[in-house]
Amino acid sequence: MSTRTVEYRLTTPGLDAKGNVVQVPLGVPRTLDPDDDLHDEHMLINIGPQHPATHGVLRLVVELDGERVVKVIPHVGYLHSGFEKLGEYRHYNQIIPLTDRTDYLSPLSNNVCLALAAERLMGLEITERCRVLRVIACELSRIISHLVWIGTTGIDIGAFTPFLWTFQQRERVYNLVEAWTGARMTTSITRVGGMMADIPEGWEDSLREFCRTFPKVLVEVDTMFTRNAIWCGRNQGVGTISAEEAINYSLSGPMLRASGVAFDVRKDKPYLGYERYDFDVPVGQHGDCYDRYLCRMEEMYQSVRILEQALAELKPGPLNVDDHRVILPPKSRTMTDMEAMIHHFKQVMDGVPAPVGEAYVSIENPKGELGYYFVSDGTAKPVRWRIRPPSFINLASLPHLCEGALLSDVIAINASVDIVMGEIDR
Amino acid sequence: MSGADSAAALKARFGAAVTRVWESCGDTIVHVAGVRAHEILAWLRDDPTQRFDYLTDITCVDYRDIERPLEVCYQLRSLARKSDLRVKIELDKAQPLEVDSVYDLWKGADWVEREAFDMFGVAFRGHPDLRRILMWETFAEGYPLRKDFPLRGRFTRAEQTRQALGVNPEAHYSFEELGIAETWADLPADVQARLARGERGKVG
Repeated sequence: MSTRTVEYRLTTPGLDAKGNVVQVPLGVPRTLDPDDDLHDEHMLINIGPQHPATHGVLRLVVELDGERVVKVIPHVGYLHSGFEKLGEYRHYNQIIPLTDRTDYLSPLSNNVCLALAAERLMGLEITERCRVLRVIACELSRIISHLVWIGTTGIDIGAFTPFLWTFQQRERVYNLVEAWTGARMTTSITRVGGMMADIPEGWEDSLREFCRTFPKVLVEVDTMFTRNAIWCGRNQGVGTISAEEAINYSLSGPMLRASGVAFDVRKDKPYLGYERYDFDVPVGQHGDCYDRYLCRMEEMYQSVRILEQALAELKPGPLNVDDHRVILPPKSRTMTDMEAMIHHFKQVMDGVPAPVGEAYVSIENPKGELGYYFVSDGTAKPVRWRIRPPSFINLASLPHLCEGALLSDVIAINASVDIVMGEIDR
Repeated sequence: MSGADSAAALKARFGAAVTRVWESCGDTIVHVAGVRAHEILAWLRDDPTQRFDYLTDITCVDYRDIERPLEVCYQLRSLARKSDLRVKIELDKAQPLEVDSVYDLWKGADWVEREAFDMFGVAFRGHPDLRRILMWETFAEGYPLRKDFPLRGRFTRAEQTRQALGVNPEAHYSFEELGIAETWADLPADVQARLARGERGKVG
């Protein structure tokens, strides 16, 4: 349990009768006294699957003693689509549209992870420009995912205005994504060995402009939330989990780092050349909802830093690997050159075979460690495509996080896990 | 100390229980005997030179070749050493698919083991709450990610729709949940009978 005793000065200070600035003591530790039992019948509350605070079709059955939570039983699977099964019937490139639809709040980084996993399996080395563009894709999706998280969590806890600000910024990113990929959510931007498309002309300047102006909105959100008495009261000391427990529960991403475990796949198992970028990984101390909020806020600032460095690194050059067994030749050549046409035909009809073997590739997704595990038997379709879903594994800790909390805390804790049902149910 | 070193240490310590060590795409993969798997995984977690304290994932692989055994894969990580290891158990499909649960070692195994049970029918002995998780509890078509399961399911579309429409609203709560609410005794006798008859509960 958190023992924070810091008093927060309100951003807009109130004055008491003597004219002194009012300070609000926050984060009073809540303990569950075993004698606290009201000795009355326990109540069963059903939350969801159609409930705005469950962030999708999650259903929670909550056993209550008065207002105190005795037990939470989550029910998932309402959005189950069998993506892993579908993947076994598709070529590697054909799986990419499925990855858009798992974590649909950060489709770009899912695309990137799938391409990386397939490339590891096939032993392909991607070009420098492709690598930088993928870093940009990953960081943009981190920003949009965290913006949705902050906006909707604010609504869950009773703050409506920041939702409008964050969604306005998300719209700006979506405009960028739309200009690049032609779609807003179902992006399918990567291909095995390269990208579906290069960025359009002038896109870099739009992104630079976004990087310049976006942090101002973060500052506004920060002003609204970080020292807001209600926000602190609802989040501090709520849903606490220690570092040892967080590791034992296999938490990942901001959930793990808020508990004080400095593990970030970008730093500790670098991919896409992340080791060359200068950025910090925010780590919390208390492992409560408030520290998870702080971690995600800081991650957005760091993403902007990475985006700026990536823009500086982005040099003209080839985008796709120079291997027409993997990457489709240009359409103009397909129509005029016999060899190119054969390559085109073989790829479209037979797919790209991967050698016998297996690969587990993980990246730092906004929600945690996303892992794709491919097993290949030498054909163009994987034997097994396993998604290691970060929010599914993070959500599994919800019953533990909610023990002894109040019913209203369940909403705050569930929001702080940052779930997306498309990924949990797959 | 890399994954290969861990594999060598396992071989030295457990000998014949480690049946195969190989590498693929830079990952070290160790096949171990199912009966000693729990002991080996516990050693990997607790031994000071190994310290695989983080369970990244548990999943199963069913190969297209029906002769090949079904595999249970444990993706382990040592956060301190930043090292990964994949441990595999092979299960003969002619025998009951059973392994020991590692929930007592890693709490994170809870839902991933339930999912492996749901999708492949592997029973994890000692798991505290082994129920279906993504499919509904009355799902009677089998285990979807097995290779012998057809892509569109075993039942016809009409049968699937009939079953979906025929579900009782009460059946959305488990016996345990109805027990908490103390409503089981209040249910009409015919509803009790329908629930007990298998509207939910036993699967497979």
